[in-house]
Amino acid sequence: MHYFIGSLGHFLIIAAFVSALVSAYGYFRSVQSTEIADKDSWMRFARIAFWVHGGSALGVVATLFTIINRGYFEYHYAYSHSSTVLPVYYQISAFWEGQEGSFLLWIFWNVILGFVLIRTNKFWEAPVMAIFAIVQGFLLSMILGVVLFNLKIGSSPFILLRDAMDAPIFKTSPDFIPEDGSGLNPLLQNYWMVIHPPTLFLGFATTLIPFAYCIAGLWLGKFKEWIRPALPWSLFSAVVLGVGILMGGYWAYETLNFGGYWNWDPVENAVYVPWLVLIAAIHTMIAFKKSTTALKSAIILAVSAFLLIVYSTFLTRSGILGDSSVHSFTDLGLSGQLLVYLLAFVLGALFLIIRSWKKLESDEQEVSTYSREFWIFMGATVLCLMGFQVIIPTSIPVWNALVGLVGIDSNMAPPVDQVEYYTQYQLWGGVLIALLSGTGQFFWWNKMDKTKLKDALLLPIVLTLAITAAIIILFKVQNITYILVLTAGTYSIIANAKILLNRWKTNINLSGGAISHIGIAMMLLGVLFSSGYSKIVSLNQTGLVWSKEFPDEVNQKNLLLFQNEDRQMGEYSLNYKGTRKRIEGFPGYVNIHDINQINETQAIAGVDLSSDEEVVFHQGDTLTLITPETSYFEIAYTKEETSFDLYPTVQINEKMNMTVFSPDIKRKLGFDLYTHVRTFPDPDQETDWSETEIITTQLDEPFFVNDFVATLEKVQRVTELDGLTLGEGDVAIKADIRVKGSDRDYLAEPYYIIKDNQAGLLSDIIHDLGVKLTITEIDPKSNSFKIGVNKTQKDWVILEAVEKPMINVLWIGTLVMVIGFIIAITRRYGEFVKMKEKGLES
Amino acid sequence: MKKSHIFGIVVIAAAIMVIISTAGDASTYVGFDDARAMAEDGDSKKIHVVGQLKKDAHGEIVGIQDSPNKLAFSFVLVDNNNEEQRVYFNEPMPADFLRSEQVVVVGNFQNDHFLASKILMKCPSKYQEETIEVNDV
Repeated sequence: MHYFIGSLGHFLIIAAFVSALVSAYGYFRSVQSTEIADKDSWMRFARIAFWVHGGSALGVVATLFTIINRGYFEYHYAYSHSSTVLPVYYQISAFWEGQEGSFLLWIFWNVILGFVLIRTNKFWEAPVMAIFAIVQGFLLSMILGVVLFNLKIGSSPFILLRDAMDAPIFKTSPDFIPEDGSGLNPLLQNYWMVIHPPTLFLGFATTLIPFAYCIAGLWLGKFKEWIRPALPWSLFSAVVLGVGILMGGYWAYETLNFGGYWNWDPVENAVYVPWLVLIAAIHTMIAFKKSTTALKSAIILAVSAFLLIVYSTFLTRSGILGDSSVHSFTDLGLSGQLLVYLLAFVLGALFLIIRSWKKLESDEQEVSTYSREFWIFMGATVLCLMGFQVIIPTSIPVWNALVGLVGIDSNMAPPVDQVEYYTQYQLWGGVLIALLSGTGQFFWWNKMDKTKLKDALLLPIVLTLAITAAIIILFKVQNITYILVLTAGTYSIIANAKILLNRWKTNINLSGGAISHIGIAMMLLGVLFSSGYSKIVSLNQTGLVWSKEFPDEVNQKNLLLFQNEDRQMGEYSLNYKGTRKRIEGFPGYVNIHDINQINETQAIAGVDLSSDEEVVFHQGDTLTLITPETSYFEIAYTKEETSFDLYPTVQINEKMNMTVFSPDIKRKLGFDLYTHVRTFPDPDQETDWSETEIITTQLDEPFFVNDFVATLEKVQRVTELDGLTLGEGDVAIKADIRVKGSDRDYLAEPYYIIKDNQAGLLSDIIHDLGVKLTITEIDPKSNSFKIGVNKTQKDWVILEAVEKPMINVLWIGTLVMVIGFIIAITRRYGEFVKMKEKGLES
Repeated sequence: MKKSHIFGIVVIAAAIMVIISTAGDASTYVGFDDARAMAEDGDSKKIHVVGQLKKDAHGEIVGIQDSPNKLAFSFVLVDNNNEEQRVYFNEPMPADFLRSEQVVVVGNFQNDHFLASKILMKCPSKYQEETIEVNDV
């Protein structure tokens, strides 16, 4: 038992929690002090407290990781999230698989960001860091694991297994340590899951910065000045959060089997909405100088973005989503605590905003339609409405709970088809955003009036119509809504490209907006084509009514493939070649029946394994399996002259009792071909063999086995047999039967044994062909042999195959958007530094 | 009327539409009897039914039927009011299906048969390990 490390971890949590509160208090006193000397001394004190806090928090991270890395399974966290076979990079994933670890990840980023802010910004340090420290206190209290007056505060990641679980073994031997942990959820064993959560949580953490600056601005009465330092950080936050969300989508596309990258699941929605609001906030922050309306909106939106992140934390971690989400965290019984914090933050921010509101004068003049502020404002409004449209239905479980509080029993359930439901509204948001981002840019860079606008818009509109018409004809786009999305997206790309060309000539540093808008429009088009025109290739319009009971004929989306039987699917001919494994030191895949697994990670080669005519492993060699839980289904695709193989997988984690299917994707320039297996025969099920058919044959005389040509090549007496001791007078005869399969030959080696005057028959099975061969009789006089043949159903898989056109436009668009953001961040940060150096703003 | 007022009204109208659509398009959790009553009234809206798979006295799951081509299956679900109903699902059986503790089916009655368009499963051990494996040493 390693008691020390857990106690150290818990001590560090408490130290980090207390020092965060001390630091917050110090910074608060520093802001409130009127004397310069007091201000400075409180600030120095608070800064030291924050350093202590940061050091302790980093210590907590290191301690927990050590427990996972060393495999101290007496700790509940290591036991339930890791195992001995987990490589280091998945140990990192195991670290944040649980709620406590993911809170720690968030805390970790806040510490890093806090250090950066302390170094870069002296004037705002006290108020901003006061808010940072309070938020850190809140996050740390979630993992505090302390019981005060019967009230559980937080859940510590350093609890011992015996305290967390009520297992009988601990009554008899309290020092029992399991040999191995239960392992990482197979779904999370993917390289994207190593980097997606840190990125997403960096996004979460960074939304705190604009919030903190804004609250600091309201607190100090510097209603406008907070924007300049907050803007580059907001841009940074938006790009990191956006990339984090898309990484999650990409992971889902590669790993999960719902067939897409976005499912409008509550967990996804919960981060999508703050992102939209943050983007809206950025736009109003850019326009604040000339319009108080924009300033007021910037304040509300910057605050809301962070509050929505806290709300999303509440949604995903309180267990309130229950049935409505596939992947929310386990309920740790902390919903009350989360709710208290949520309300505290909302009320606190609301108080400051209301207090400041009167001091913000209103605009004297109404915004003109030809002003840049008007267009920015329209865009921000559309973004907020889009967010509102998503958050209201996502919160249905919350509404149920709320009316439940007043005694009304509500049984509202989320919309039946989430994807269809959200898409029908969000689509129009997308169209409006594309149109506004295309047109708004002209107003941003030039003073506009009617005639100028006509001149500016003429070329883009003509080009858009020409290109759209071409695409409509070429890709046979007939759906009127899709035509609208296509036109709007194309227009946005062209209009922003025109702006980009102008900026290129003048000052390239200012091109960030145009470039990110182009990226967004490309993403819109990518989504349109990949989702709107995604085609189920395995659709099976056999005309058979599935069940007579139903009025409508139901098309089936899946295809049943028997091993080594060709099946036509759309333009492709498919063939399921069998189940494969991967082993270290061998290129490609190995037939699962050519190896015999001996333990969790190792197998013995049953035949010589060769690649490119060269034997890599000999029969009897010990092999190490790569990702031993995963099996690969080899599916051969042939279309006219071209052919390729796809390897969708199944991962079976027996400890977690989970079976996970993941797709394989053939990436082509114009489209992705996405294939995943829905189900396959249960490996534990006993095989059903047919009645034995007896064939009489002689050496080298061909005969048929299940329609395959077979020959008895060799019969010889053997003196040794695995698992059987042969005495004097015992006889063992081995027969070599070669069966010609469609792709390769198989060798079956049944035995005929006479031991203690009794005949024993040892059959051999060729799994790929579904046959079992037995030597039933040997007639030495006529030199003939009787061979028993049993057949079984061939191995099969049921799969779904989907074509997703133009999905690469979505991923390329994402990259373009990121580039645009980076340019914008560089520009805005440069402006901030310049002003700081001039001493104009601090 | 000022432009900003018109704008405000449009925004408020959009927000109200969102709320109405949420209320209108939201599904409901009901039992099979309510679902049947809805279908008899001509309401073909899809609803959620929460229940468990039917088990015999030994705790074995009973009533699973595969279609001949394995591409669809049906099962018996016992809802929270203890009403049994055969549910048809036009997809192959999900891998974790027989292990699920609770099943939510989303669908409706068609000609007296319940056709599910979506199945959500709650598997006991998916996210938290409840048992400890002890090996004989």
